[in-house]
Amino acid sequence: MELQAVLMAAGGGSRMMDLTYNTPKPLLPVGNKPLIWYPLNLLERVGFEEVIVITTKEVQKMISTDPKVKLDVKMKLDLVCIQEDADMGTADALRHIQQKVKTDVLVVSCDLITDAALHEVVDLFRAHNATLSMLMSKAHEFTETVPGQKGKKKTGEQRDFVGVDGTGKRLLFMANEADLDEGVVIRKSIMRKHPRMHIKTGLVDAHLYCLKKSVVDFLADNKSISSIRGELVPYLVRKQFSKSTNSPKVIDETHQNLKKNDSNISSRDEELLHLTQERSCWNDHRGDMSDAYHGGRLRCYVHIMDEGICYRVNTLAAYIEANRLAPKLFDEPAVHPSAVVSERCLIGADSIIGASCQISDKTSIKRSTIGVSTTVREKVKVTNSIIMHGVTIEEGCNIQGSVICSNAVIGRGADIKYCLVGSAQRIEPDGEHTTASPHLMSKACSA
Amino acid sequence: MADCGEPDGPGNKDDITRSKNEGKELTKEEKQRLRKQKKHQKKQKERKNEKGPSETEKDKTPVSLLPPPQPVATQKAPSALPAPASAPIPVPASAPFHSSPAPSPADKPAKSKAELKAERRARQETDRAAKQPGSSSSGIKTKVPLSELNPVVKRLPEHVQVDDPAVVKRLAKKLERQQTLPYGASNKIPLRSDYGYKVSLFSHLHQYSRKAPLTQLLSIPSTVIHPSIVRLGLQYSQGIVAGSNARSVALLHAFKQVIRDYTTPPNEELSRDLVNKLKPYISFLNQCRPLSASMGNAIKYIKKEISNIPSQCKEEEAKTKLLTCIDRYIEEKIVLAAKAISKYAIEKISDGDVILVYGYSSLVNNILCEAFEKSRKFRVIVVDSRPRLEGREALRRLVQRGISCTYVLISALSYILPEVSKVFLGAHALLANGYVMSRVGTSQIALVARTYNVPVLVCCETYKFCERVQTDSFVSNELDDPDDLMVTRKGKTQLENWQDVSSLGLLNLVYDVTPPDFVDLVITDLGMIPCTSVPVVLRVKNLDQ
Repeated sequence: MELQAVLMAAGGGSRMMDLTYNTPKPLLPVGNKPLIWYPLNLLERVGFEEVIVITTKEVQKMISTDPKVKLDVKMKLDLVCIQEDADMGTADALRHIQQKVKTDVLVVSCDLITDAALHEVVDLFRAHNATLSMLMSKAHEFTETVPGQKGKKKTGEQRDFVGVDGTGKRLLFMANEADLDEGVVIRKSIMRKHPRMHIKTGLVDAHLYCLKKSVVDFLADNKSISSIRGELVPYLVRKQFSKSTNSPKVIDETHQNLKKNDSNISSRDEELLHLTQERSCWNDHRGDMSDAYHGGRLRCYVHIMDEGICYRVNTLAAYIEANRLAPKLFDEPAVHPSAVVSERCLIGADSIIGASCQISDKTSIKRSTIGVSTTVREKVKVTNSIIMHGVTIEEGCNIQGSVICSNAVIGRGADIKYCLVGSAQRIEPDGEHTTASPHLMSKACSA
Repeated sequence: MADCGEPDGPGNKDDITRSKNEGKELTKEEKQRLRKQKKHQKKQKERKNEKGPSETEKDKTPVSLLPPPQPVATQKAPSALPAPASAPIPVPASAPFHSSPAPSPADKPAKSKAELKAERRARQETDRAAKQPGSSSSGIKTKVPLSELNPVVKRLPEHVQVDDPAVVKRLAKKLERQQTLPYGASNKIPLRSDYGYKVSLFSHLHQYSRKAPLTQLLSIPSTVIHPSIVRLGLQYSQGIVAGSNARSVALLHAFKQVIRDYTTPPNEELSRDLVNKLKPYISFLNQCRPLSASMGNAIKYIKKEISNIPSQCKEEEAKTKLLTCIDRYIEEKIVLAAKAISKYAIEKISDGDVILVYGYSSLVNNILCEAFEKSRKFRVIVVDSRPRLEGREALRRLVQRGISCTYVLISALSYILPEVSKVFLGAHALLANGYVMSRVGTSQIALVARTYNVPVLVCCETYKFCERVQTDSFVSNELDDPDDLMVTRKGKTQLENWQDVSSLGLLNLVYDVTPPDFVDLVITDLGMIPCTSVPVVLRVKNLDQ
C-alpha cells in the first residue's frame, strides 16, 4: 500500500462560533452537503478506498445517521474518536493513531473544499522521495459581505511567510508572523545553498500534507509537538538545512530502528539508491559544487495552485464564499427532485434547493442555498443568503445576505439584511433587522 | 486418369514437390538443430561441472519466454516456420527454438537460406519446364528478396508505428488486457497520449509532454501498479533518473521491491505468475519513457531467472534467490564492468593528453576520475549541447575531483578539435552491426574527430550490447518533450506559442547512431575490441547464457 488517508474532523471551528456552537464543524451544510463530504469526495475521486477519520463522539453519531455521508461515500470509513475536551492538536491526533499507520500518510482537514489535482502533490512526494509534501493556493479576496460584520477589515489574520526556490516547488522557509519577533530571519545555510528564494505571503495553506511514515514515528517520540501546521511543518522545513548531523538522523533513525530485522535489506537497497543517484546526471540546482539536493536527506516540497478552487472553511466569510462556489464542484441538479416547488416562483440558476423543501408561490430565490426540509411560504424574497435545514420562513419575508441556521423560524413579513440568525431562533413578525442589530444571535453566543 | 486428376498439372506437381522438399528440408534441419543442441548442452555441462553443480538446473529447464519484441525480423520467420512442423516433435525439443533469441543466430539465417534455396530450386525447375529451354538461369545465383518468398509477415515493433492508428488501437487493447487485478475497469494501465505536432519524418514515434504525467490517470494510492514502479516511472519521465546505467540500476532496485512484496496467489506458480505480474509494470514504464537497450537486457535476464526457478522451490527461498541474482547482476555487469573498463582505458591515457568528452556518461566520468587518481596528467574538454546541457553535470563532477577542464558547446567543436588528442565517448547501446547508439550529437563528434584524425574511443559495458540493427537515426529513436527547446531570456520566451504557427515543428531528438568507420576502438569489460566485433561478442555472450 502506498498511502493512507487520514481526515482530521475533530476541530472545533473556533473562528466561526456563531455557526458551530450547535452543529459541529464537519457537519455544517455547504451547498446542502455536510462539510466533511467534500474532502471525502476528493479522496474518493482520486482513488482511495479507505480513510481513517479522526473525530469526536458527537460527530461520529451524526455521521453514522447522516444519509449523505452514508450513501454517497463508497469508501470504508474508519472512525476514530477522541475526547472532545482533551484539546488535542492535529499532531496529537496523529500520534493517537500511530498504531494504525502502516505506510506514508496523506493528512487532510475536514474543512477543505478544493478541486485541486492531488496527483501534483503526491508526485512531488514520490519523485523526490520527500519527507513532506503539501498543497497551497493563491488566496482569493472574499467579495461577499459577511453578515454580522459592520464592514470593517479583518484585524490581522496573521500572515504566513512561505519561501520557495527558483522552481517554485521546494519549500525553503515557512514562518508565521506571530512567531517572528521583529523581522524575517533567514539562516545563512539556506542562502548558501539556495541563493535565490521567492518569499510569498498571499498563500492559503490547504492543510493537505503527505508525510512519510518516519515522521509519524518521530511524532510518537517527540510528544512536545501538538500541531502539524503550527509546529511540525516549520520544524521539518527548518531541519532540511540543519547543520548538526543529529537532526536528519532523528527522523531517519526511527525509520531504521523499525527495520531492525531487515537491516541487511535496507542497507543494500540504500546502496543501490546511492549508486543510482551517483550514476544519474540529474541535479536539482546548478551553479555550485554540491550534489543533487545538496546531499540532504530531508526534503520538503509544496505545490502552489494558481487556478482552481481551494477554500478552507474556517471563518464565516469562507463559509459563505464556499456556499457560492460549491455547486460548481458537483453535477447534481440545483433543485432537488424531491423538493416541492410551485410553478410561480422564481429560482435563479445559481441557487440550490435541498431535498423535501416546500417553496410556495410568488417567491424569489436568487443566489441562495436552501437547506433540506425547509418551508418557504408565499411572497418571500431570498437573495444572497444561506438557509440551513428545517427552517420555516413565513410569508412576505425579505432576506438578504444573511445566514439562517437550522430550525429557525422567521416570522411573517420580517426584513432581514446581512444578519446571522442562530439555530432554533424565532424572529418576530414584521421585524426589521440589519447588521446593526446583533441580538439576533442566539443567546448562547451573545455573551 | 492422370490427366483429368490434375487440372493444373505442373502447378500441383510443384506444390507436392515443394512441400516434399520442404518437409525433407525441415526434418533435415530439425535433426541438424537437435544434434547441435545436444552438443551445446554437453559442452555446457562440461563447463558447468567445472564451475559447480548448481547451475545445471538451468540447462535442464531451458524454457524461457519470448523476449520483448525486437526489430530483428529474421527471428519471426524461423519461429513461425517450425510451428506447423513442431506438432510431431516433443515439446522439450521445440522449446529451445522459441528460447533465447539467438542461441545460434548463424543457424537461423542459414536455415531460412536453405529453405529459400529449396523453394527457389523448385520454382526454377517449374519455370524451366514451363518456359522455353535456355531461359536465363541467373535466378539461381541472384538473391531473391526475402519478402517475396518468406511466407511470414515481418513485424515491426509497436513503438515505431505510432502513426498507424491500427497499431495504436492494438496497443491500447494490450494495455487493457494487462490488468493486474481481476476486478474493475480502473485497473488497467492508462494509455499516455501524444503531445503536440510531430515532425513528419518522426511521426512514427511517440512524443510525450512532461507536464502530462501518466500518474494523473492513475489512482493515488496506486494499487494497480506497485508504488515503487510508479515512483520509478515518475523519476524517468521527469528526468531525475537519467543515463542508461542509472536507469538500469533503478529498475532493478524497483524490481527487488516488487519481488519482496510479492506473494504467490493460490494455485499459481511463482515462475509463471511473477513474470505475468511484471508485464504490466514494464508497459507502464515504457509509457513513462521508452525503455533503453540496457533496461531491455536486464528485464530479459530477470525474466529468464524467474522462469528458471524450479516449481518445488519454496516461495521465500525463491525470492531470496531472485534478489541475490539481481544483486549479482548489478555487481557483475555494472560495477565490476566499470572497474574493468577503467583498467583498460587507463592504459590508453598518457600524460599530457587532452581528452574530449561529450555530455554526461557515467562510465567515461568514472574512467577519468580513476585515471586522475592514478596520477595521470591530462586535461579534459567537455562538449555540451542543448537542450539537456548534461555536460554541466559532467563538468561539475570532474572539477570537484580537481581535474582541469574546459567547457564548450558543440558548435565550437571544430575550433577546439585541433587541441584534442583523444575522444572518449559513452554509449547508450551498441548495435549488432557495429553502430554506436548514443546521445544526439555523438555522431557529429565522431565525424569531426575523424576528419582531424583524432582517435575516437567508445566505452561501453557488454550488457548494453543489443541485437538490433540500425543504420540511421530515424527508424528507432526517442522524441523528448518539444517544450524543452523553449528558452526564457529576460522574461521573454520566443517560442511560447509554437503550436499556433502552422509551419513550425519542434524536434527534440534524444539518440543518434554513429557508424563504425568513425569509431577506432570499443573498450568493454571483455577487453578492447574493434567496432565490428560486436556481433561476435553477442554470439559469445549468448552461448554463455
